[in-house]
Amino acid sequence: MSAADTDVQKSPGHDAESVRGAGALLQAWRLLRRDQLGMFGLVLVVLMVGSAIFADLIVPYEPSQILVGPRMGPPSWEHWLGTDHLGRDLLSRVVKGGQVAFMVALASLGAALTFGILLGLLAGFGPQWLDNVFLLLFDGVRAFPVIIFGLATVTLMGPSLWTVVFVVAVTSIPIYARIVRTQTQALKNNEFIVAERAMGAGTGRILGVHVLPNVVGPLLILASMDVPLVITTEAGLSFLGMGVRPPTPSWGTLLNDGYNYIRNSPWPVIAGGIPIVITTLGFTFLGEALRDIFDPKLRKDL
Amino acid sequence: MSALLEVENLRVRFRAMSPLRAMATGVKDPFIEAVCGVSFRIGAGETLGLVGESGSGKSTIARTVMGLLQPAEGSIRFDGQDLVGLGRGEFNRVRRNMSMMFQDPVGSLSPRLTIRSLIVEPFKIHGLSDRELDAEAKRLLEMVGLSVDFAGRFPHQLSGGQARRVGVARALALDPKLIIADEPTAGLDVSVQGEVLNLLARLQNDLGLSILIITHNLNVVRHITDRMAIMYLGQFVEHGPTEEIFYHPRHPYTQALLSANPEPDPDAVSSRVEISGEVPSLMNRPAGCEFHTRCPYVQDLCRSEPPALASDSDGRAYTCHFPLQHDRAA
Amino acid sequence: MATRDDTAPLLDVRNLSLDFGSPRGRVHALRDVSLTVPKGRIVGVVGESGCGKSTLASTVIRLLAANADVTAGEIEFEGRDLLRLSEAEMRQLRGRRMSMVFQDPMTALNPVRSIEAQMLDIQYREPGSAEDKRRRAIEMLDKVGIPDPANRLEAYPHQFSGGMRQRICIAMALLVEPALLLADEPTTALDATLEVQIVHLLQRLQQDVGCSIVFVSHHLGTIAELCDDVVVMYAGEVVESGPVRDIFRNPGHPYTQALLACDPGRIREKTRQLPTIPGEVPDLRRVPSGCIFKARCSERHDRCDREAPESHRLESAVAGGEHRAKCHLREPGRSRAAAEVPS
Repeated sequence: MSAADTDVQKSPGHDAESVRGAGALLQAWRLLRRDQLGMFGLVLVVLMVGSAIFADLIVPYEPSQILVGPRMGPPSWEHWLGTDHLGRDLLSRVVKGGQVAFMVALASLGAALTFGILLGLLAGFGPQWLDNVFLLLFDGVRAFPVIIFGLATVTLMGPSLWTVVFVVAVTSIPIYARIVRTQTQALKNNEFIVAERAMGAGTGRILGVHVLPNVVGPLLILASMDVPLVITTEAGLSFLGMGVRPPTPSWGTLLNDGYNYIRNSPWPVIAGGIPIVITTLGFTFLGEALRDIFDPKLRKDL
Repeated sequence: MSALLEVENLRVRFRAMSPLRAMATGVKDPFIEAVCGVSFRIGAGETLGLVGESGSGKSTIARTVMGLLQPAEGSIRFDGQDLVGLGRGEFNRVRRNMSMMFQDPVGSLSPRLTIRSLIVEPFKIHGLSDRELDAEAKRLLEMVGLSVDFAGRFPHQLSGGQARRVGVARALALDPKLIIADEPTAGLDVSVQGEVLNLLARLQNDLGLSILIITHNLNVVRHITDRMAIMYLGQFVEHGPTEEIFYHPRHPYTQALLSANPEPDPDAVSSRVEISGEVPSLMNRPAGCEFHTRCPYVQDLCRSEPPALASDSDGRAYTCHFPLQHDRAA
Repeated sequence: MATRDDTAPLLDVRNLSLDFGSPRGRVHALRDVSLTVPKGRIVGVVGESGCGKSTLASTVIRLLAANADVTAGEIEFEGRDLLRLSEAEMRQLRGRRMSMVFQDPMTALNPVRSIEAQMLDIQYREPGSAEDKRRRAIEMLDKVGIPDPANRLEAYPHQFSGGMRQRICIAMALLVEPALLLADEPTTALDATLEVQIVHLLQRLQQDVGCSIVFVSHHLGTIAELCDDVVVMYAGEVVESGPVRDIFRNPGHPYTQALLACDPGRIREKTRQLPTIPGEVPDLRRVPSGCIFKARCSERHDRCDREAPESHRLESAVAGGEHRAKCHLREPGRSRAAAEVPS
């Protein structure tokens, strides 16, 4: 009851909780509209994701088709971003490369989230020794440099899109798992969990119905801000030749090709770099705006 | 006459430090005794109050009876059935007849579920989803005096009093015989405390419920319990019929508790008995009578010898070498 | 400027109004609140959730959330209006002329600094060597009842129990010998038997230091025992104020009467039907017209719906005491036991 009093003092009428539950999306949308940077980020994200989804419909040229234009041509009306050393249209390759990028992001983050949540819930809710074992595992994996791990995996599995997905997923799992673990531990002793146990609920039900919905929120925002990281990692691995094989375009291979011919023309490198920059900016702005919306402590309510 | 709930010589201990640390620091017994040999019974339709301050062990008893903790010793019999050592499946059958309300009214409700889902949770847990859950939710809401509109709301949208009622509704879902209420008035304004207590009293009348109330608020206990027990450091220092204890407390700690909740009257002679010091740590239990470090009437015997349980003819028992004889100025 | 003499009040809050901004509209947390604290007296502010008593205390010391907006009023303290002072000037007052003790002793102390460091810190503006300050700290700890203070000074907050921590907070607050101590529910988080100790401690220290205390609480029994004057708040307004004897023996406002009637300590006969005040506190984003208590008042009538009541002076059992209640029924010219036909 004095808690209600102090709540009034800290931020009365502030229903941080109202951002969950019913009408949450509408409320979140209204708040997002007020955040200019967030809206800008949203526009960029929609642009990039949209073009990735509809890539096959919107590409002006067949991305792998060689000699549709001059070799190393500069930007022109026919080729908005110019052409590469094999005469392929760079814009088409960029747009198609977006498909690869987002597929990798979706697959790897999807896997990382699924396993991260599972392991995190177990680590947080289970017995202490299990938690210790998991922590050792997580920290061990995280201590390992990603690129070296990538190299080792490629040596074993051969370079391909799925190698990239695997590497990114495995290196992301510990991060998500740790977050879920910490949140789960914090919730474990909350009264409503104890109440559920007192009513006879089993661990599965408690984790699935009562813990999970309360821990995923921050996770999804984090995942959205990890998208650029994943894409950059993929680009890096592909640049090193460990990712997708030619002629499949990926932003990383574009960078690689462009790097080899940089004295002839800067455009391939630019074409490879720009989408990465745009995607990173977009997701970062959007992710930060979303985080501010869902984190009651950061909101300014005047 | 067999009571609904019979607890005998209950002892509950908690591990205070890991075995490694105990070995390293040479501590032989790294446990704290939260509940030390407590016995009581509750009959059908009766209300028993467990009163004590922090560290008294009252919440521990409640949780042990509900099966959330395992006792080190002692027996708990509910409706004739032994509860100690039951597996989760078997205990769940018992849980249909025994339910609990928790201290934090809003915090004990899962924040992302609607009130309707929260109230019918017991049905789902016990695999009774074939019932008409909406109808049950409506019935339970009406029973506690909340309108059906509440079904779609979320816990954070409720006031303390309303959330309490939802807790009661949830506790009543499966028609229990016994409700354990852990601090039912905590966090409620004085002007609405009566709501919950009146509700519990009415339900007891209508449904023949037994209630075990855990509280530190003696004033609450007085009005709603038939019998009560005062706890200190995991033991009963006095127990018996409520009114008797209120008018003739025998144990000095009872007297101190009674005077700590005075009538709000600026002219009432400050008959507040101030006891010095704080509750000793459970790891450092005093010798002799465990209350002697704070007792205003302490004497030599108290420091060395733990008092035995003495009984009065009117069903009262207390542990004190020199029980109070005078009547409390009521 | 008011002349500064010994009869002038130490703290005079006049017509204070404060809003909190929120995404769903402004919450009018304090409306036209007035409060007078004479020198050397203990004034209790009592009320239930949402009445604004904690907000009031925080406003005096000006430690408010970013979305708080004072819309009207003055807070006169030692001849200056606290609302007009700059943050730097307020800092000069805090921890020197006025101190505050908070509700939760667990979080009020810095967990990573020793008690010694914190108690020396609070004296940073005082003259004297570190040795002097240390000695003063030890004396104060002794006064508040910390056993073996010289040795315990090096300890950290987590090594003390809740009751001890609250005593340390009180020691720190009074160490600088302020003119005004604001205590925001200092005993709410403590056991009842501890509350008795802290209340008696405050009584003794107040005599010693001679400061005034504003004691915020919802616990009627404690207010009755400790305070000289009482202010009763409901939903952001002061509904009644006066000497403690008047408030408890002759309450003038229906809310105060109902509140006292609900206090279980007051009910002498065992009963299974405890009195309550039906209804809920109104939403302060849309303050209802008329009297703020009308929705829950047993003596409500037509006028209460339309017109907000004035604060009327009542008889006081104390010579020179000012007992006021904000209720139409207490308008002079009406019979005290107003038998109005309720609407």
